[in-house]
Amino acid sequence: MKIHEADAKSLLVAQGLPVPAWAVARTPTQAREAAVRFLGDPGNATKKVVIKAQVLVGGRGKAGGVKLASTADEAEDIAAQILALEIKGLPVRRVLVGPAAEIVKEYYLSVLLDRATKRLMFIGSAEGGVEIEQVAVENPGAIVYEHVDPLLGLPDYAARQLAFRVGFGPHWKAAAAIAKGLLKTMLANDADLVEINPLAVIREHNADGTPVERLVCLDAKVTLDDSALGRHAGLEDLRDLDAEDPADVEARRYDLTFIKLDGDIGCMVNGAGLAMTTMDLVKRAGGEPANFLDIGGGAKADRVAAAMRLILADPNVKAILVNIFGGITRGDEVARGLIEARAQQVRDVPMVVRIVGTNAAEAAELLEAARFVTADSLDEAAAKAVAAAKGVAA
Amino acid sequence: MSILIGRDTRLVVQGITGREGEFHSRAMLEYGTPLVAGVTPGKGGQTALDGRVPVFDTVAEAVRQTGANTSCIFVPAGGAPDAVLESVAAGVKVVFCITEGIPALDMIPVVEKVRLAGAHLIGPNCPGATSPGRAKVGIIPGSIHREGRVGVVSRSGTLTYEAVQAMTDAGLGQSTCVGIGGDPVIGTQHIDVLRLFAEDPETDALVLIGEIGGSAEEEAAAWAAEHLADVPKVAFIAGRTAPEGKRMGHAGAIISGGKGTAASKVAALEAAGFLVAGSPTELPKLLRVAGYRG
Repeated sequence: MKIHEADAKSLLVAQGLPVPAWAVARTPTQAREAAVRFLGDPGNATKKVVIKAQVLVGGRGKAGGVKLASTADEAEDIAAQILALEIKGLPVRRVLVGPAAEIVKEYYLSVLLDRATKRLMFIGSAEGGVEIEQVAVENPGAIVYEHVDPLLGLPDYAARQLAFRVGFGPHWKAAAAIAKGLLKTMLANDADLVEINPLAVIREHNADGTPVERLVCLDAKVTLDDSALGRHAGLEDLRDLDAEDPADVEARRYDLTFIKLDGDIGCMVNGAGLAMTTMDLVKRAGGEPANFLDIGGGAKADRVAAAMRLILADPNVKAILVNIFGGITRGDEVARGLIEARAQQVRDVPMVVRIVGTNAAEAAELLEAARFVTADSLDEAAAKAVAAAKGVAA
Repeated sequence: MSILIGRDTRLVVQGITGREGEFHSRAMLEYGTPLVAGVTPGKGGQTALDGRVPVFDTVAEAVRQTGANTSCIFVPAGGAPDAVLESVAAGVKVVFCITEGIPALDMIPVVEKVRLAGAHLIGPNCPGATSPGRAKVGIIPGSIHREGRVGVVSRSGTLTYEAVQAMTDAGLGQSTCVGIGGDPVIGTQHIDVLRLFAEDPETDALVLIGEIGGSAEEEAAAWAAEHLADVPKVAFIAGRTAPEGKRMGHAGAIISGGKGTAASKVAALEAAGFLVAGSPTELPKLLRVAGYRG
């Protein structure tokens, strides 16, 4: 699950990491109030505030979602503009307001799950502030990798080693502490990614006006392991329902995995790999899949009916392909669900059903009695569904 | 001979008295798998499956009394990582973890302990394995198999059934079929299974089934090019139509930053000498094209 920058920063602060102050504003007035506070702070070297859209997509800056303001009036105007934006289809409901930092140098530091080694891994670079993928292509030598010991975590020496290898110079001690804090954040919340870009050396002013430099987390990106949300109180509340289709919410309620796509052939399948394969074969037969939908193992009639409602809620769907290979899932249960769902169906969409495996014979009997169009092989089912979507007989 | 499971398997099921555990244990027993013990803490001394299988409180006790050498885990996600550790601590060398929904971070120290113990962990979130005619461990329907000499390794469940059924229908039997699971942190990767098949005198051809996300298929392909050059091998990759940035059901099945695409996996497999099918039903035909005469 993705969460907003402001929420990610709260998780960092909870583990003692240095993050410059910020406020979240839902209205231009709230943004103004926050701006007044940060502009009046004597430690704010730039005498400016930054206003950042809180949306769960990258490229906020390019979309006009990150801007600076020098006065409270300006901050209010800019917040109003940003709150009216839609970035990559997502409405901006909140902005983050904070002091605009005087940046001396930008680094990159993240910790993530490295599938290949089955370990956590730090990625660091002295070339921060740009996309790390871009650095990886243009200057791979500028990226440092350090694995986390699966049993010990990140001992002090490894944190120091990482700091020196990345090249934090005089800030190595702070960098090592931040690395350990990122790992703590990851473990405390079951994150799969904690990314700070930029991790920046910024210049601030002491009360007597003398400048000081310190290393801080200027931006933060955290993604959480969906499988672990249940054991962390409060994390589920960070879910941004705006970033989800209503269908996603409905799917979660019935334990379905549903991803909407742009085509016109609805797919209902048991198992993720087979669901992807079914989409691929629809495409191969000349059609376009309208969705990925995995009804999971052991689906009963009610889950099948819910899946059918999700598919039919998409007005683009012109035909439906049901592909079930029964293992734990019983074919006759699915057939009953389909019959029930069709009885409640609000619009008439042709359906092609293929059920094999456990209780396939019983399923075939039920489907035949209910006059469903069936198919024996997956390839045949895909061809029939594509023909049905085009309004011709296969 | 087969790999991982075979004639010498003596299976203990952890969580045998649960609903899923009991249902699938019955199917394993009916298939002819030597299921010698069950474990449910607090139910030691009882029996499961109509008195046919003794139940123990701990895996260590089950191993001591029955000589179990393989375990299969149906324990819920909260206790499954611990169940793996218990098996390995008891000296079990082959552990199948069927449980899905285990937080990824929980598995990191567990796979390390498995590695240090020199054991094999298959899964979690996997369908298990079958060595047709000898043993089946997990939830794969026994009916789809036929005895033979083709080794099958796959990430997913029902897609594996699809491919195996197609092979069986075409008269191509299997030595062992292994479903390694779709989670981001799993004990055994494609490449590990290929290593085992390479050592197995009863496996003459290979079917590799993968999906988008990660780079496990590419690594397996590179290894196969070097060590399995003369073995007929075919592959199928699911997710050619998957959009970037969306998790396709399996936690690991995601294309991010242009990496982990079906196209890159297909290219790597073809470069390594695999014939890559456009549909799982084409796998048997391609295996013939690749020179398999079994």
